[in-house]
Amino acid sequence: MTRDEIKEIVNGFLIEEIEIEADSLSEEALLNEDLGIDSLDFVDIVVIVERNFGFKIKPEEMAMVKTLGQFYDYIEEKLK
Amino acid sequence: MKRVVITGMGIYSCIGKNIEEVAKSLYEGKSGIGIDPKRIEYGYRSPLTGIVERPTQIKELLNRRLRICLAEQGEYAYIATLEAMKKAGIDMDYFENNEVGIFYGNDSSAKAVIEAHTIAMEKKDTTLIGSGAIFQSMNSTVTMNLSTILKLRGVNMTISAACASGSHAVGLGMMFIRNGLQDMVICGGAQETNYLSMGSFDGISAFSTRIDEPTKASRPFDTNRDGLVPSGGAATLILEEYEHAVKRGAKIIAEVVGYGFSSNGANISQPSDSGSMIAMERAIKDSNLLVKDIDYINAHATSTPQGDMYEAIALDRLFGDFRPMISSTKSMTGHECWMAGASEVIYSILMMQNSFVAPNINFETPDEASKNLNIVATTKEKNIDIFLSNSFGFGGTNSALVIKKFK
Repeated sequence: MTRDEIKEIVNGFLIEEIEIEADSLSEEALLNEDLGIDSLDFVDIVVIVERNFGFKIKPEEMAMVKTLGQFYDYIEEKLK
Repeated sequence: MKRVVITGMGIYSCIGKNIEEVAKSLYEGKSGIGIDPKRIEYGYRSPLTGIVERPTQIKELLNRRLRICLAEQGEYAYIATLEAMKKAGIDMDYFENNEVGIFYGNDSSAKAVIEAHTIAMEKKDTTLIGSGAIFQSMNSTVTMNLSTILKLRGVNMTISAACASGSHAVGLGMMFIRNGLQDMVICGGAQETNYLSMGSFDGISAFSTRIDEPTKASRPFDTNRDGLVPSGGAATLILEEYEHAVKRGAKIIAEVVGYGFSSNGANISQPSDSGSMIAMERAIKDSNLLVKDIDYINAHATSTPQGDMYEAIALDRLFGDFRPMISSTKSMTGHECWMAGASEVIYSILMMQNSFVAPNINFETPDEASKNLNIVATTKEKNIDIFLSNSFGFGGTNSALVIKKFK
């Protein structure tokens, strides 16, 4: 899966399921501060990622993921 | 002691999705009972249930976080509460500036629990259950969600008392206001209607199997009854201290004048004539009225032979000399369980406001116990100034409320 394909899927569920405004989805956007993703939303993102990409996010691996761009990178790395 | 009045009410049930629809159904003696095909597939003895549609407007009204924490019965409770707020003339700003409490009856949230279990069994990972399940699973799901959505800051708790939950919630709201602890309390009862919620109840053969005639299945007090029909939805009453209501110019709907309670101290599923009588007598005494003052009784009668019989014996013993009109609206709605005690107060208030007694439909042949009562089988025009509403539940919990027309 290419990074663009990952980006399309992630942005799709952030808009549709987490109800984040499409305009705010930039590579630099901070997941918590800019997109408002809190710890409960993150639990649902774990569920959605498992459903869409077939792997389980490990919280310790997410420690360094702060921006949406880094989140795409993390998924791309996990899928390799 | 302070006087307690009702200034708002809202309902979402199988006989109507708002006050006006429900009033019409009650007058017409319309049944809300049908068949749920999923129950047949799941292995129920009886697929009969009150048919309640999920509210379609929830997505427009609530953001994602609020929606995913809200169970089915919470959606019903929210819609009923919005209607009650509108009738009471209050909005979200009111809750921001005034301390308002909530007592709501609810005694299960099976769907969320079972679905969470199913995911955990399949995935072997509880994280994959998602974030909404815990807030939908707990018995207090209705009050925890409504108090969050409405930003309430007063007393906040769920009353779990089986099929008397909604009635006790109204009684406790009255006690809090009467004793000066709160000026306003949102009271009510909610009941889930999904197929996962009633399997174990069906399993004890409590439900009617008159599957070929769904609208005739719920027949309280009739000798040919064969069990209850489960149902649900939600009912909200806004209780308020009288002077407080007058001061803010609220339209007063009725006055809550008596609350009585008791516990049978006996069998877990079998009702008791003496236990229910204590609750009724206590409610009437609490209201400073006499037995002869009761114009109408909304019976608990669920259409089970034992329950109806014990209530009929108690009603005859207490009201035999005066024979007030009696009906069980469960003949039309089915048994709304945790919601019933609150919804039946609303049904009776609608009768009081419109001067009629709604029928105990399907009451065709009395039995030995019910033949002594003045059970109304067809709609009767009747002025009602005071009514009694009974609710009894598993474990022997009994609740009775006396409501008076506001003059």
